[in-house]
Amino acid sequence: MSQTSHISIRNVHKIFESGGQEVHALKAINLEIPQGQFVCLLGPSGCGKSTLLNAVAGFSLPTTGVITVEGAVITEPGPDRGMVFQEYALFPWMTVEQNVAFGLQIKGVEKAAIEAKVAELLAMLNLTDFRKRFPKDLSGGMRQRVAIARVLALDSPIMLMDEPFGALDALTRRNLQDELLRIWTELQKTILFVTHSIEEALYLADRTVVMTYRPGTVKCDIPVELPRPRDVASPAFNALKKDLSQLLMEEQSRHNQAEFRGAAVD
Amino acid sequence: MKRYRHAASGVLVPLAAIGFWQLLSSMGWVNATILPSPMAVLVKWWAYLRPLEVFDPAQGSYLQWCFSGELIHDAMGSLYRVLVGFVIGAGLALPLGLTMGYSKVAYALFNPLVQVLRPIPPIAYIPLSILWFGLGNPPAVFLISIGAFFPVLMNTVTGVQNVDSIYLRVGRNLGASRLTQFTRIILPAATPYIFTGARIGMGTAFIVVIVSEMIAVNNGLGYRILEAREYLWSDKIIAGMFTIGLLGLGIDTLMSRLSSHLLKWHRGLEQG
Repeated sequence: MSQTSHISIRNVHKIFESGGQEVHALKAINLEIPQGQFVCLLGPSGCGKSTLLNAVAGFSLPTTGVITVEGAVITEPGPDRGMVFQEYALFPWMTVEQNVAFGLQIKGVEKAAIEAKVAELLAMLNLTDFRKRFPKDLSGGMRQRVAIARVLALDSPIMLMDEPFGALDALTRRNLQDELLRIWTELQKTILFVTHSIEEALYLADRTVVMTYRPGTVKCDIPVELPRPRDVASPAFNALKKDLSQLLMEEQSRHNQAEFRGAAVD
Repeated sequence: MKRYRHAASGVLVPLAAIGFWQLLSSMGWVNATILPSPMAVLVKWWAYLRPLEVFDPAQGSYLQWCFSGELIHDAMGSLYRVLVGFVIGAGLALPLGLTMGYSKVAYALFNPLVQVLRPIPPIAYIPLSILWFGLGNPPAVFLISIGAFFPVLMNTVTGVQNVDSIYLRVGRNLGASRLTQFTRIILPAATPYIFTGARIGMGTAFIVVIVSEMIAVNNGLGYRILEAREYLWSDKIIAGMFTIGLLGLGIDTLMSRLSSHLLKWHRGLEQG
């Protein structure tokens, strides 16, 4: 099993302490993700999809259970699992090229090699003309390109993406989704992508994992076998979208009920 | 065009104030010893600024002669104390502030003492400073460094504590060591706060220098205006006060220019 799996998540539980109460955020999660697969984690807010991503990233380890990457148990964050955040998280005091170069400098790559790699990545993401700009002078879409370039610079086999396009307008979003697919095809990365958009999951993923609202478990694990490039208007796409909406709405209503109960207690 | 109009409106109120002041004097409504006329102040100011001796090439260059006036000496003396005091005060506050901001243990250890000492105005240290350092520059510099120390310290601590945790997460994700995290992430992220602290610290240093010169030394702008009072030279007092004001404004402008230049990445400093 572990020979074919790139990321292996086995019987992972995560329990938080919140206001004196224990919150079971993740319960008995099992996922085997092969090398080069594009996996979307889909679910309503509070379903623990970001918690699971953070556990893979090593920011917040599971309470019980193990996550392994190429057989090695994850104990801390590392550059083998580059993460792209929804809020971009670019360093505002660094220019575009300094942001992209930072990971390479940490690795101790020599200067000429850094310059070459940065130039290549900036060209790949159409950022060359903006290399001397500071993040504050860039649009949201541009910032997220920089954040992607910063992670790609690490040459990490795995990319973790936490609702990376959630704050972008629809056109920029589609544009970046296409670029991500292009990069993924070219560089053969394993991608774990969190989203709450059904359409985004179906447009991007090889496989969509739908999660339940508290405790977060795997509700269903659906392969998306539509040929690429995918047509969001095709009947097959919409049939899948309808099925997934149904599944997601069940969890959303559990979420709503829980919120109403919470309000009643307050 | 708009800029010029702004600048023009900026001189209106000062001109009116001077006009009113001149009127008070010209009409003889106030005693000239209590409030001399603006003209008298200007004349005294020039006398204070101008070299005392006639130019003599044997004594040194022309430039040296130009700067041999009493006012220039006083201003240089005050500036020197401000700079030395500021460098010492800020130089001690910065490493302590970085440590207290970064380490919870250091914060717990030092914060109570800092909180007790911080509200003591530097001026309250005057008796001790004279006991410890005698007279002359040392007690003055000591008082000024205390004045500069606390603003820089408090702002540095706050700056480090307020570094957005997402930057640290990115740093860990990229594999940064603790040292790299500190030098490349925490330090630059805290600089806007640190610069604000430095600017406030410089302002405090400037206030303290004038007070300290009134007690411990026999030159400098603070000393000079106190000396002028002994002779009832109110025109010189006022000329000295304006010099202090202009010098303070100059230093503050310089500090703010410097920080906007160094922080051009910072969102809060976007200006047209």
